[in-house]
Amino acid sequence: MMKLFARNRHAVQRIGYTLITLMAVATVIPIVGTVIFILFQGGSAISWEFLTGFPYDGMRSGGILPAIIGTLYLTIGTAIFSVPLGIAAAIYLSEYAKDTPLTRIIRLAIINLAGIPSVVYGLFGLGLFVLFLQFGTSILAASLTLSIMTLPVIISTAEEALRSVPQSFRTVSISLGATRWQTIRRIVLKEALPGILTGVILGLERAAGETAPILFTGAAFFLPQLPQTPFDATMALPYHLFVISTQVPEMPIQIQYGTALVLLVFVLTMNVIATIIRSRARAKRQW
Amino acid sequence: MVVIMTDKIIIENLSLQYSDGAESLRGISMGIPQNAVTVLFGPAGGGKSTLLRCLNRLNDLTDIKTSSGRILIDGENILDPKTDVIALRRKVGMVFARPVPLPMSIRENITYGLELAGEKNRIKLDEAVERSLKLAAIWDEVKDRLNDPAVALSGGQQQRVCLARVLALQPEIILLDEPTSGLDPISTGKVEAALQELKKNYTIILVPHSIQQAARTADHAAFFLQGELIEYDEGKTMFTTPKQKKTEDYIMGRFG
Repeated sequence: MMKLFARNRHAVQRIGYTLITLMAVATVIPIVGTVIFILFQGGSAISWEFLTGFPYDGMRSGGILPAIIGTLYLTIGTAIFSVPLGIAAAIYLSEYAKDTPLTRIIRLAIINLAGIPSVVYGLFGLGLFVLFLQFGTSILAASLTLSIMTLPVIISTAEEALRSVPQSFRTVSISLGATRWQTIRRIVLKEALPGILTGVILGLERAAGETAPILFTGAAFFLPQLPQTPFDATMALPYHLFVISTQVPEMPIQIQYGTALVLLVFVLTMNVIATIIRSRARAKRQW
Repeated sequence: MVVIMTDKIIIENLSLQYSDGAESLRGISMGIPQNAVTVLFGPAGGGKSTLLRCLNRLNDLTDIKTSSGRILIDGENILDPKTDVIALRRKVGMVFARPVPLPMSIRENITYGLELAGEKNRIKLDEAVERSLKLAAIWDEVKDRLNDPAVALSGGQQQRVCLARVLALQPEIILLDEPTSGLDPISTGKVEAALQELKKNYTIILVPHSIQQAARTADHAAFFLQGELIEYDEGKTMFTTPKQKKTEDYIMGRFG
């Protein structure tokens, strides 16, 4: 009787284990499935002309160069505003801020900023940057809007990275006659840099893939030439994908999926870079 | 033992309380002589480390509720808000309980403080590296791998590199807060031997990790209990014929 019971228990354990494993494997299916599906559907569209040409025939033929370049510009523009601001804020919060009402308000603001739907950012950007500050529908306005959206990601990952640097390094550095800022610059930032970079890339990656924030602030349906200044509107991959999937009748399906594939590769490449930075830093870390 | 005006450090009626209510100091007055090892000993929470951290103003990093009194080093009150704390910390070096090599090479650990002080001359930096590593009795063990990460060394070696890092700044006073607490007896012996050599040129204040170490190293010894200075005397006298009952009980191992 006892023996039978024990065997049952063993069986239950095995079923449980199998179930958990299956669920873990299931989480991989969406990403792998998406990539394979898009690769399969859009792979045939990828050609030199597709990557380096302008669209024509109502975007039913030709390439997506202006959208690729546009997304590149927007990503760089977002980085210019959000990276210095985000890292500065993280340094303030991690190294200088004491627990005061002011810092609590700042933290609360950052948390809530992360929770705002991206289309709301788009409307806010339209109101503030496009209309009030009169930047017009432009790369500048879109980059600023994306920056606001990206900031909470950069701030929170950078703060996390700074905080993970052992306190004893700071104490020792100060005891050797370093100022607080020298300690931050020469020890803390240096050690936290890989973690900060990872956060920056993940934040920018999200910005690169967003449609809603640039919808009203900088994205153009079609432009016959590349943008010349930050005050020009631009085409961008996610918006272009939206346009050719919903606004253009008789659109060849492989161009849609080809565009999706390029966007996916763009974003995944950033992801891979972030992963490499992180694992390299972990191997080199001296604490 | 009275305060003598020629003492390197004169502490006058020093009191301090941390914001979190932890360890505090109550009315400490003592003089610390030059070129000797002064040992601060007593049970945990007695105020030894707090006192050390007052001497290089490292307590500035901690939230302090109240503090009063004066600490004169070479006649200047270092608790004065106008004190140049950077210069003070170069003059008063500190070695911590756990060796904390900065995440860089052995050489860079030694030159870190000097470079912050503005020294750029490569030859002078190299000289300082060799001189201070020799003083800390670690030169022979590391001279062939100065560019290796300091963290790759053993605990005992790391602690001597940390001592050398302090010595590189040519301080006048060295504070050591249980510097051998994590080390084996052989490494401990090496650190203690280095201290005996160093006291010829420096003022050394040591919080020992055991009474035995206190007795071995102390030229002067101060017994701290719950934030108060109970007894302060020459090391030999203190560990053979203490005057206070509390000191005697502690040395005999009756409490603490």
